[in-house]
Amino acid sequence: MSKFGSAIFNRLVIIIPYVWLTVFFLAPFFIVLRISLSETAIAMPPYLPVFNLADGISGIVEKIGQLSTANYEFLASDALYTNAYLSSLRIAVVSTIVTLMIAYPIAYSMAKAPTSIRPTLLMLVILPFWTSFLIRVYAWIAILKPEGLLNQFLLTLGVIDEPLIILNTNWAIYIGIVYSYLPFMVLPIYSSLEKMDHSLTEAAQDLGCTPICAFWRVTFPLSLPGVIAGCMLVFIPAVGEFVIPDLLGGSETLMIGKTLWNEFNSNRDWPISAAVATILLLILVVPIMFFQHAQAKADGEGK
Amino acid sequence: MKSLGSIRRSFAPWADPASVPFIAVRNVTKKFGNFVAVDNLSLDIYPREFFALLGASGCGKSTLLRMLAGFEQPTSGEIVLDGQSLAGIPPYRRPVNMMFQSYALFPHMTVENNIAFGLKQDGMPKPQIAERVDQMLKLVKLDKFAKRKPHQLSGGQRQRVALARSLAKRPKVLLLDEPLGALDKKLREETQFELMDLQQQLGLTFVVVTHDQEEAMTMADRIAVMAHGKVIQVATPPEIYEAPNSRFVADFIGDVNIFDGTVSAAGPGAVEIATEAGFKVRLASAEAPAVGTKAGLAVRPEKIRVSRDKPSCAPLNAAEGEIWDIGYLGDMTIFHVRLKDGKVIKASSLNAVRAVEDPLGYDQQVWISFDENAGVVLKD
Repeated sequence: MSKFGSAIFNRLVIIIPYVWLTVFFLAPFFIVLRISLSETAIAMPPYLPVFNLADGISGIVEKIGQLSTANYEFLASDALYTNAYLSSLRIAVVSTIVTLMIAYPIAYSMAKAPTSIRPTLLMLVILPFWTSFLIRVYAWIAILKPEGLLNQFLLTLGVIDEPLIILNTNWAIYIGIVYSYLPFMVLPIYSSLEKMDHSLTEAAQDLGCTPICAFWRVTFPLSLPGVIAGCMLVFIPAVGEFVIPDLLGGSETLMIGKTLWNEFNSNRDWPISAAVATILLLILVVPIMFFQHAQAKADGEGK
Repeated sequence: MKSLGSIRRSFAPWADPASVPFIAVRNVTKKFGNFVAVDNLSLDIYPREFFALLGASGCGKSTLLRMLAGFEQPTSGEIVLDGQSLAGIPPYRRPVNMMFQSYALFPHMTVENNIAFGLKQDGMPKPQIAERVDQMLKLVKLDKFAKRKPHQLSGGQRQRVALARSLAKRPKVLLLDEPLGALDKKLREETQFELMDLQQQLGLTFVVVTHDQEEAMTMADRIAVMAHGKVIQVATPPEIYEAPNSRFVADFIGDVNIFDGTVSAAGPGAVEIATEAGFKVRLASAEAPAVGTKAGLAVRPEKIRVSRDKPSCAPLNAAEGEIWDIGYLGDMTIFHVRLKDGKVIKASSLNAVRAVEDPLGYDQQVWISFDENAGVVLKD
């Protein structure tokens, strides 16, 4: 009886994530995909065809025939979208690298700190989450604007003669993204560094490595899983980021999140914005799948 | 090939005043805050010696080893290796290598890359590295496992990789931190002898830290028994066992019965002690403590006879008691004999024949006795 019960329990535990992904990822994705293959219309909802169970099977088959890839062809033909994708990727790559360079030393010193103060340090990293993300981004406006805190401070020190124009430039976007996503980079790197056996670096030194060499040959390679996890956690949301470029960036900054927003809200072109979202998803998911596959293969080698 | 035993028998550089120590630890103290881990310690270790630091955890043996490796700096005092002071020399410039207790194998590297790590670091040409790695793999009998990652190996195999890696650079001294601690008993015993053969074959100086006295006794040329950051006794295994210099060493190494008493007579070559257990003991002893002083007397269980009949030496070196407990171990039997004053002493006897007629049983009245040279007088 209990054995039977536990078998059912095990099944349930496995099923839960699948159900979750199906309901909250796969189903919405197919809805978006279907809209992206539709045509704009002045209607409610603003696209055609609209599937309706009342049409019967033959009606649905007929409507499937009306779907087309015209929206994707349009995206490919208009340089605006390509540029927006490329610019988003560039901004995301640069911010990910900058975040990594700031987060790694933070995570490293946290992992090297006395065990007694580590929980406090961890708490400090998570602390910003206590405040709303939106409020924190607004706060950066107050800091970065021409008459803002940063400029006042630098002017008082005499470092600069006239205010720096940071707000509404790409610089502000980089600052915003790096600041907002820093904890997502620090935490996985910290967790991979923290569980590392300290005697490994000692062994490297014992075998003739200077501390710097021991870091590059032993510590860093072993923290790579954390680095990769952190980079994904920063890169993926950064590509589609909308709030930060909208609030901190200038009008000339082209990011795909903002483009999508415009298509959806200003133009009310649901099919085009659905196509933009689908492409964005493919850009992010396909390389990650290849990467995971390669990783699994590398792990399996030699077994 | 000359038998290793013949070399070993004559190996005693510490007894020769002309020999120069290879490692000289001079008045080394190491403090961590207020805690004194190593307390004004001095030691000499000779070339090609297999030297063991033995003690309970927290006695400072690992700290001493880490100071030899360069991971800790002495608070005061000096360590000299082969005539050169090691003060201020970082671990990566010391001609010593260490085998870590956890093995500390690099999990992201294959077995051969682990072994080659130090050689690459030294900028050795590639073909030579390959040759040396090959040689090391053969030495530890792991040639078939070169491409494996550490997590694909058993504990014993990992131990061998760690050993091969620490030997690959041909260090002048190999430091081993509890090298066999993680192995099961059978493997540990085999590996002990392999380590000894390896050390003889390579002609290296080994310094091993262990809390396992059997391991130290089996492998080492000399043992330093440590407690509270100090060396209590440095001697060969037989000396440590048969002539402990203190109650601590006698008690720490092997099983022992300690009788407290007062010196009642002291003549040339012999001492008489009246024990608190109520019998007199006469022992052969080079030293003669003053009559009336307190003294301890240590007798190992295997040197105590248990008999039904009154021994001929009685009342000297003999006492009556009853058998309290019997532990049958196969190769020998341990008797716990309760003397008249309530003190329980341990005696062991070898089971040299298969069937004993009328063996000793529980609650039997017996005599225990021992020879004049069976015990050691301990001054406290």
